[in-house]
Amino acid sequence: MDLIESYREELRLIRKPWTGFWVGMIFFAVILLPWFSPEYYAYIATLIFIYSIGVQGQNLLIGYTGQISFGQAGFLAIGAFTFGHLSRLGSPILINLLCAGSAAGLFGLLVGFPSLRLKGPYLAIATLGFGITVYQILANSEILSGGRMGLSVPKLTPFLGLTKSMSIYYFNFFLFLFFTLFSYNLVSSYIGRAFIAIRDNDIAAEVTGVNLARYKLLSFAISSFYTGIQGGLYALLMGYLEPNMFTFMEAITLFVAVIIGGLASVEGSIFGAAFVILIPQIFSGYKELVPVIFGVTIIIVLIFEPLGLFGRWMKMRLYLRNWPFR
Amino acid sequence: MARVLFCLPGLGQGFRASDFCNIMERFLQYSISGLSTGSLYALVALGLVLIYRSTRILNFAHGDMATVGTFFAFTLLGLKIPFGPSFLIALLFGGGVAMAFYFLILIPAQRREATLLGQIILTLGLGLIFQGLISYIWGTVPQSFPFPLSDIKVWKIGGVVISELGLGALGVGLLGSLLLYLLVQRTRLGLAMRATSENLPAAQTLGIPTRRVLAISWGLAAILGVMAGIILAPALLLDPFFMLEPFLKGFAAAIMGGLNSLPGAIVGSLILGIAESLAGGYISVAFKNTLAFLIIIVVLIIRPEGLLGKEFKERV
Repeated sequence: MDLIESYREELRLIRKPWTGFWVGMIFFAVILLPWFSPEYYAYIATLIFIYSIGVQGQNLLIGYTGQISFGQAGFLAIGAFTFGHLSRLGSPILINLLCAGSAAGLFGLLVGFPSLRLKGPYLAIATLGFGITVYQILANSEILSGGRMGLSVPKLTPFLGLTKSMSIYYFNFFLFLFFTLFSYNLVSSYIGRAFIAIRDNDIAAEVTGVNLARYKLLSFAISSFYTGIQGGLYALLMGYLEPNMFTFMEAITLFVAVIIGGLASVEGSIFGAAFVILIPQIFSGYKELVPVIFGVTIIIVLIFEPLGLFGRWMKMRLYLRNWPFR
Repeated sequence: MARVLFCLPGLGQGFRASDFCNIMERFLQYSISGLSTGSLYALVALGLVLIYRSTRILNFAHGDMATVGTFFAFTLLGLKIPFGPSFLIALLFGGGVAMAFYFLILIPAQRREATLLGQIILTLGLGLIFQGLISYIWGTVPQSFPFPLSDIKVWKIGGVVISELGLGALGVGLLGSLLLYLLVQRTRLGLAMRATSENLPAAQTLGIPTRRVLAISWGLAAILGVMAGIILAPALLLDPFFMLEPFLKGFAAAIMGGLNSLPGAIVGSLILGIAESLAGGYISVAFKNTLAFLIIIVVLIIRPEGLLGKEFKERV
């Protein structure tokens, strides 16, 4: 959108002083939110943080690398249950999270292998099969899923003398911040550019020297790592797990968030996550109509604004900056 | 047949012969019930292939279109309209909905140069809309679907038992496939459909009204889906999500057979139906779906374009 004069400038996260000011303001608003708002709003914000991590991962795969995956619910379940079982054994939370992400990432690598030969719909069905397999194994194995009562997961113990809801808010916020910064760096590094090259044309990318096998697998692994972390954080927030949380609909919701937020944009992922969390909360009286709203929004977005909420946001900014000229 | 061949009374000297006969009977029983499920998957898969091969769009709303049609038939039956007419009206209704989607949403999107992935996601959005509206209008409580063929009355052929409904499913599946085959291979409309899917610009130059032909393909696909839905509804209970699993199976079968081959869709569906039924019978009912998907993934790894499919070669 802006005129970029040097590579240094291209790599910089915040290019204009005013952008820096606004980002700083938002940062402080988010930091101060739990002190001034009802607990319920802080809880919703926490959910958005957790969801954004997974949506960013999914966006790295769909938006940046251009690989369709419907197996995301499987990675979510693997992350969540790895986290759940480990924290029941009493190991520290950060290590559990790392293990949850790594376990999902390993399976991502495994699911990535068919992606080396399959494309588009064929890849979609292979990943879909993976998601359904994970769900069925969990649903049929009491040792893994914790039986009929579900698996109860110990919740976060409050730290630094904060209340329970505040500590979980800040814990998730800082993880969210870490992963967001990581995504920004990733997409402007060699790896991110290789992903984009594969998306735009994989044969051309291979000709120019991108190792297709390595970067496709890497994309699957990183994306599932993010999703695994989302699963772990979700388990920590909810305090219990059951296989029914990770059905095909969950994969679809993640997909919807990526599309509505905007393909191939980190801010878009956050918008998308906020959308799929907020809409069911706002329309809690009309639960059946939530899919209708999702569907209508998808159709409107794809016909009128293929870049998603992020694209609309960029256009608004451009309009305001140039006002009254156009 | 099996009993006649292997189980003649004089033959049953030792326990071996009767053992063998039991094994064969069981095997045939599973195969037949798999075949009848597979023929319904074939109807779903044919609809998906019909759309994919002419427009390269994967229709994620296929299952939900079928659900809408089935619920429409359910309402008509509730109004005391006999089964035959309501069946036909529901088929036409399903076809009409699909054609409306094509004209009202897909064509405007194409005018705005939506990408292929974008168009696929549009069908996903449509599916979500249908799902929500069905839950809103008809409720999410499972209902039983009145049907003239019963699930309990059984026919015995040799040692193999098949329910009236299973036989009906097999019949409808084969009839639907046959009619589609005749339509595509033997009529002028079929010729236009094949030309359009082969090469769109060339078909346009030759004066084929491709837009109308494609709309008819969408309508036909939905009709096949509703047909499968109405036969499946009495066996499964009718709720807004009852077509999700058959849709996924039909999708998987179409992929296994090759997404742009109509015979492939039928072959893939029958293989999937039988494999699933055998796996459910011999290994474990709980892992039926898992095994079915494992088979598909293995097939795809060996033949990435499906059993009978031919993918277009890609160039930079």
